[in-house]
Amino acid sequence: MADPAVTVMSARTDEDVVRLRKAVRDQMIALGFSLIDQTKIVTAASELARNMLRYGGGGDAHIEKIESGMRRGLSLTFIDQGQGIADIDLALRDGYTSGGGMGLGLSGAKRLSDEFDIISAPGEGTTVKIIKWKPF
Amino acid sequence: MDRIPILKMGDLLLVTIQVDMHDRLAMTLQDDLTARIVKDRAHGVLIDISALDIVDSFIGRMISNTASMARILDARTVLVGMQPAVAITLVELGLRLEGVQTALNVDRGIELLRRSAA
Repeated sequence: MADPAVTVMSARTDEDVVRLRKAVRDQMIALGFSLIDQTKIVTAASELARNMLRYGGGGDAHIEKIESGMRRGLSLTFIDQGQGIADIDLALRDGYTSGGGMGLGLSGAKRLSDEFDIISAPGEGTTVKIIKWKPF
Repeated sequence: MDRIPILKMGDLLLVTIQVDMHDRLAMTLQDDLTARIVKDRAHGVLIDISALDIVDSFIGRMISNTASMARILDARTVLVGMQPAVAITLVELGLRLEGVQTALNVDRGIELLRRSAA
């Protein structure tokens, strides 16, 4: 059976986040990532999925195997239709939290991945994308 | 709803986390531990995370909060068995576990608690 390049997972409940962590872990393993890289990305995914639940009213995670020249990697995109972020720079600052957390979710996910991108505006939802490349 | 079992060993409490906890379960554990510290008059809490291959900021905060509440209740908390990949990730995440001592395994954790109680 063909292995789909993109997997879409719903993240609307606590249990969804647990399932998502496992799915990301499995895909990282399938791509041959080291244990440390697996742990970093699964942790980043957990942070971003939780953000979606807390602030975005739930959302979807798109897990995609990607290639660039000789490199292979995994791309994770978290999309919600929630309240959006008014000040992205502020949100990216370590320790800043609007929800009583530790304020490390966005900034942490950025540090743990190779590429990080975010699009958000008040009332327009939030999309966060992270990529980890498998070193050759 | 499932709960994580808490074992009493003399004046110590031992929690071994063996499942990938969802957030609600983690909060329940935090509450349960605090209640048991009071009920059992525990002086030490050992949290064994050797089976956890992920510790994110929510779990980290649960552990920190538990340690803070334990301290208020005159008990010390030792985190046991952190996997190396988890330790590396926590540093990169920027998560500092304040007020939590660490030990390699449960035996060393108990030693640590006994020493500081003496």
